[in-house]
Amino acid sequence: MSNPTVISTTVALDAVSGRTDFAGPQGPRPQPFFTPKRVIIYSILFVACLYYLFPMYIMVMTSFKTMPEIRFGNIFAPPVEFTGEAWVKAWSSACTGLTCQGLSPGFWNSVKILIPSVLVSTAVAAVNGYALVNWKFKGSEIFFAVLIFGSFIPYQVFLYPLVMITRELKIFGTIWAVILVHTIFGMPILTLLFRNYFASLPVELFKAARVDGAGFWRIFLEVMLPMSLPIVVVALILQVTGIWNDFLFGAVFAGTPNLPMTVQLNNIVNSAQGTPEYNVNMAATMLTGLVPLIVYFLSGRLFVRGVAAGAVKG
Amino acid sequence: MQKSVSVKGLSLNFGAVRVLQEMNLDVENGEFLVLLGPSGCGKSTLLNCIAGLLDVSAGQIFISGKNVTWEEPKDRGIGMVFQSYALYPQMSVRKNLSFGLRVAGLPRDEIDERVARASEMLQIEALLDRKPANLSGGQRQRVAIGRALVRDVDVFLFDEPLSNLDAKLRADLRVEIKRLHQRLKNTMIYVTHDQIEAMTLADRIAIMKEGIIQQLDTPHMIYNNPVNLFVAGFIGSPSMNFLEGTLSGGAIDLGDVSVPTERYGFEPGNEKWSGKAILGVRPEHVVVGEGASQQPFFFDAAIEIVEPMGADTVAWTRLGSHSFTFRADAELNLAQGQTVKLGFDAARASLFDAESGIRI
Repeated sequence: MSNPTVISTTVALDAVSGRTDFAGPQGPRPQPFFTPKRVIIYSILFVACLYYLFPMYIMVMTSFKTMPEIRFGNIFAPPVEFTGEAWVKAWSSACTGLTCQGLSPGFWNSVKILIPSVLVSTAVAAVNGYALVNWKFKGSEIFFAVLIFGSFIPYQVFLYPLVMITRELKIFGTIWAVILVHTIFGMPILTLLFRNYFASLPVELFKAARVDGAGFWRIFLEVMLPMSLPIVVVALILQVTGIWNDFLFGAVFAGTPNLPMTVQLNNIVNSAQGTPEYNVNMAATMLTGLVPLIVYFLSGRLFVRGVAAGAVKG
Repeated sequence: MQKSVSVKGLSLNFGAVRVLQEMNLDVENGEFLVLLGPSGCGKSTLLNCIAGLLDVSAGQIFISGKNVTWEEPKDRGIGMVFQSYALYPQMSVRKNLSFGLRVAGLPRDEIDERVARASEMLQIEALLDRKPANLSGGQRQRVAIGRALVRDVDVFLFDEPLSNLDAKLRADLRVEIKRLHQRLKNTMIYVTHDQIEAMTLADRIAIMKEGIIQQLDTPHMIYNNPVNLFVAGFIGSPSMNFLEGTLSGGAIDLGDVSVPTERYGFEPGNEKWSGKAILGVRPEHVVVGEGASQQPFFFDAAIEIVEPMGADTVAWTRLGSHSFTFRADAELNLAQGQTVKLGFDAARASLFDAESGIRI
């Protein structure tokens, strides 16, 4: 206590903080949990949750029941006799038209369509967006406007011309036709996405790289691309779900041996022969919806990551 | 002698907007040139043209005697530092520094050596393995300067490098840039809108307005002999007092008072000039109190507003019908309503043609 500096700091602190015997409100404002606003918000959320989860619940329950149990009609009741048979049948032996191999061939077809079309469309769109922002050429704005305009025309309008084009290219009825069509149709929206993202990056970064002597590809690969993880994830999610859920292009362009999972699912569910097997239908539907679902769950966190942090003024 | 950077007849138009107009500029070897002006005056544009980041509409650019008008930025022998630092966020400091050298395909040990030398010079050795996100603003700007340094170039271009920093850091780095220039003796072209930076750093300042260089001269000449009203008003804080009146026969009549101009140093040929003119007096050239009556012109003034700045005090008063500010020693304890004796000498003042704004 003999140290004078210590004494003087205590005195100074006292002077600042003072005594805490004020009357009236002080310190942080109390925040009760059950405010009217919260009660209303959570009630609405709860009802919305039920609304969406209830059909899901019925699907899951039905898929684990046997057909005789389903015929009893208690669709809300959990299965008495729990069985995974319907799932096995949906995957490997349900009849999709003429063949009876379940959804598995369709699943692999979808994967074969999905991977190249997602990768190619995302890669090309990233380069497009980068070029449109950083390497403006004469008419680049018009080019971009035309590209965006393309995304507002309904797909059905293009269907017949595309059939003719793919026929002339001699790929109609093959997996390459679907891949090509998906790649083309992904382009406008993905290019827009990447262009806007790259436009939001500081242009000085690009200038600095040019002063450093890097060219078109080097700047793209070493400076721009490493910063684009958030937008790449967004693009991948958009494309994976869009292409996986596509029915129209798959049904038109792929040809019977290459039909994607969605088309095969339709063939199972809408089969006109025999009694409808509700448990198999439910299992098949859930199997088909699983891929986009998993993608959402896994990538949700990456959506919000700010990768450009530190590039400019903090 | 060969100029380090030469700009000849340079124009740049964005559509119908003429950003730079017929600009001519010569920078000596090892000179520190500051481009100063309000925002939108074209100073950054000029720097970008010299760097090769913008295509010019007309004219030529020479660097070290070579016509580089059509050259890529990397082939111009320049290094550039940006306001927003523009560090590559995904690369460590070391990678940031060496990026340009790796692009150029230099051998590894040469790269290591240059990075080591630059980081030693800027005292950023301890930061080499960090990412830019983990650096403070001042550290980031050091790295950005280092990135220009490793390139071993003849000309450094600075585009408002200190504008994003807080006042204290700005002052520190300013001194450091000056020290760097004394050590390297490279040509440096430095864009800023901060007149203090310009005055302290520059060998010569080019003051720009609307794409035209108004005055290109040493800081001393720009401060004491501004060529026109714009330069006079832009340099100096608080800004120069402008008193409009009629100049004739060795005095300027300001309406209610007449200020003798016999001691004023007219531009050659203007000694007999008469007509509407503006007298410019810097607030810091006004003598307050006892010494005032020894000045060629003095008057009594009632103080209207006092702004204490710490080291000195700026006070607002009137000279006749004109608003008039002066800077005084803080020790004088000036107060509102007080009457003081003020005086100044026309020899240190400036006279401008009221119509054209040009120095008489």
